[in-house]
Amino acid sequence: MAEMMILVPGRTNKQGTSLNAGKLKKEYRDVTSTVEMNTDDMARLGIKEGDAVRLATVIGETVVRCKGRKPTDLPAGMLFIPYGPPSSQLMDGDTAASGMPLSKNFEVSVELVEGPVP
Amino acid sequence: MSDNIRTVEHATCTFCGCVCDDMDLTVDMDAKRITKAKNACTLGRAWFAEHTIEDRPFALIDGKAATTEEAVEAAAQILVAARLPIIYGLSDTTCEAQRQAVAICDLMHGNIDTTTSVCHGPSGIAFQGVGESTATLGEIKNRADLVIYWGGNPAESHPRHFTRYAVTPKGRYVPNGRKDRYVVLVDVRRTPSAPVADLFIQIKPGHDFELLWALRAFVKGRKVDPNLAERTGVSLATMEDLVKRMKSCRYGVLFFGMGLTMTRGRHFNSGAVLALATDLNEFTHFVAKPVRGHGNVTGADNVVSWQTGYPFGVNFSRGYPRFNPGEYTTVDLLARGEADAAMIIASDPASNFPRPAIEHMKRIPVIALDTKPTDTTQLAKVAFTTSTYGINTSGTVYRMDDVPITLRPAFESPYPSDEEVLIAIKNRVRELLTKKRTRFPNLKVA
Repeated sequence: MAEMMILVPGRTNKQGTSLNAGKLKKEYRDVTSTVEMNTDDMARLGIKEGDAVRLATVIGETVVRCKGRKPTDLPAGMLFIPYGPPSSQLMDGDTAASGMPLSKNFEVSVELVEGPVP
Repeated sequence: MSDNIRTVEHATCTFCGCVCDDMDLTVDMDAKRITKAKNACTLGRAWFAEHTIEDRPFALIDGKAATTEEAVEAAAQILVAARLPIIYGLSDTTCEAQRQAVAICDLMHGNIDTTTSVCHGPSGIAFQGVGESTATLGEIKNRADLVIYWGGNPAESHPRHFTRYAVTPKGRYVPNGRKDRYVVLVDVRRTPSAPVADLFIQIKPGHDFELLWALRAFVKGRKVDPNLAERTGVSLATMEDLVKRMKSCRYGVLFFGMGLTMTRGRHFNSGAVLALATDLNEFTHFVAKPVRGHGNVTGADNVVSWQTGYPFGVNFSRGYPRFNPGEYTTVDLLARGEADAAMIIASDPASNFPRPAIEHMKRIPVIALDTKPTDTTQLAKVAFTTSTYGINTSGTVYRMDDVPITLRPAFESPYPSDEEVLIAIKNRVRELLTKKRTRFPNLKVA
C-alpha cells in the first residue's frame, strides 16, 4: 500500500563524479535511480535493500531502487534521491510566479513494486 | 602515458562555483588527456579526467552526422522562423560565449534565461527586494570566525569550500584556521557535511522561513512564540544560543544553498537570510552568500545583467529587455507551452526540468550545444559538439563571489568553442533577419 513521504532531491558526490563520465552512462543512471529511505520506514513497509519502489505525484511516477539510511541521518518519512531524470518525472512545472519549480521537500507516494528497477 | 607531457600551473577547475584556480595539471598531449590534477577535489579530478577528446560528429541534425557549418545554418533557420525562440543554460561556458548568446537573443527578439532561474534565481529576486551584505571568499577566509551553512551540503557539492575558503584555511585574523572558527550547519537531514560542524541543527522540512524569522526576532530582542520550537524542530534554547554566537562573533558569514531556494517559500527564504545578515550588522560584521552550483553560473548572472540590466529571465519580444520571473523564466515558458523553439547552451534541462517542461521540449525544435551527449542533445533537432571551457578553451569565468578568473586551457580540441558556434549562429541569424525584416527584399534601388 502506498504511503506519503517527503522527497528531497539533491546533489551527491557520486552523482557529481558520474555525470562527468557521461549522463547517458550506466553509473549516472544508477546513481540517480536510487532513493534513500530511513531503515525504520523500510522495515515498517516491508522494503528490503535494493528493492524497487514506485514514487508518484500527480505529475508523474518513476520506479527506483531503495537504499537504507540510518534513522539518525534521514528522519522518518523523508526520502533522498540524487537529482536526475527520475526525480524530474515527479516535479510540477508550476513555479508560483518565481521561475523556480518546487524541487525539494515535496510529497510523493511510495510503494513497493515487484520485479527489478527498469 | 606518452613522453609528450605538459604541465599547466594555476589552472582553474570550472566544475562547481568554487572555481578553484590553484590546479596543477599534468597533460598527456598525445593522448589529449589530463592524467593528474594536483589540488583537485574528487569532483574536480573526475572533471579533468573525463573530459578527453571523444570521437563524435561535429554536429547532429535529426540524429545524422553533419558539419558545424550545416548545423549553424539549420540552427539559424529554426531561430529565425520561431515566434518565441528561447535561449537557456549558459552556466557551464565562458562569459565570452554568454555575451554572444545575449546578442543573438537581442537580434531575434527572443527570451534568454540561465540555470540561475532553477538555482539561486529566488535569491536574485531577494537581492532586489532586500539587498545583500556581501564579501569575497578571500575576505571570508581571512576574517570569518563564525561560519553558518544553511540548506546546503558542501562536503558533496563543493568539497573544497571548507578547505580552501571558509572552514579550515588559516587567515590573517583567524591564524589558527579551524580552531578559530565556530561552524554551524542547518539542514533537514544529517549530510556528510554535518561532521564538519560544531553545531548541527536539524530543521523540519519547509520551516526555514519560520526559523529565520524567529532568529531575527531574537536578534532584535523580541519575544518568540514558544510553539515555533515544535513547528521548526529547533528548541528556543538552541535559537537563543545561535543568536548569541551571531551577535558576539567578530565576523560572521551565512552561506545558503538550494535547501532554501528550491523549497516552499523560495525568495522569501533567501530574503529572510539576507535580512537576518543586515540586522546583525547593528552588532557586528555579518555577510550572507549564496553557494553557487555550476562553474560559471555567477558569470551568467553578471553578463546577462550588464548586457540587459537584469540577471535572468529576460524577454526581448518588444525589442527591449523586460524581466519577470514566472513569466520569462524557462520552466514557465516551456511548461505553459509558449516557446516554439529553444537553444540550450551547456546545460541539460531535459534531464532535470519538471516533466511538463520536458514534454514541451519534445514538441518543439531544440538546438543544443554541449561537450557530451545528454538527454537534451538526444531530443535536439540540431546538436553541436563543443570543446570544454577551462580544459580546451580560454575565457573568463566568475567565481561564486563575483571574482572574475581567466582560464588556462590544457590542450586543444578539434571541436569549436561555444563562443565560436554562437558567433557563427549570430552572424547567420543577422543575415536572415535582415532579409525577413526588409519589406521588399528584392527591390533594387538605383
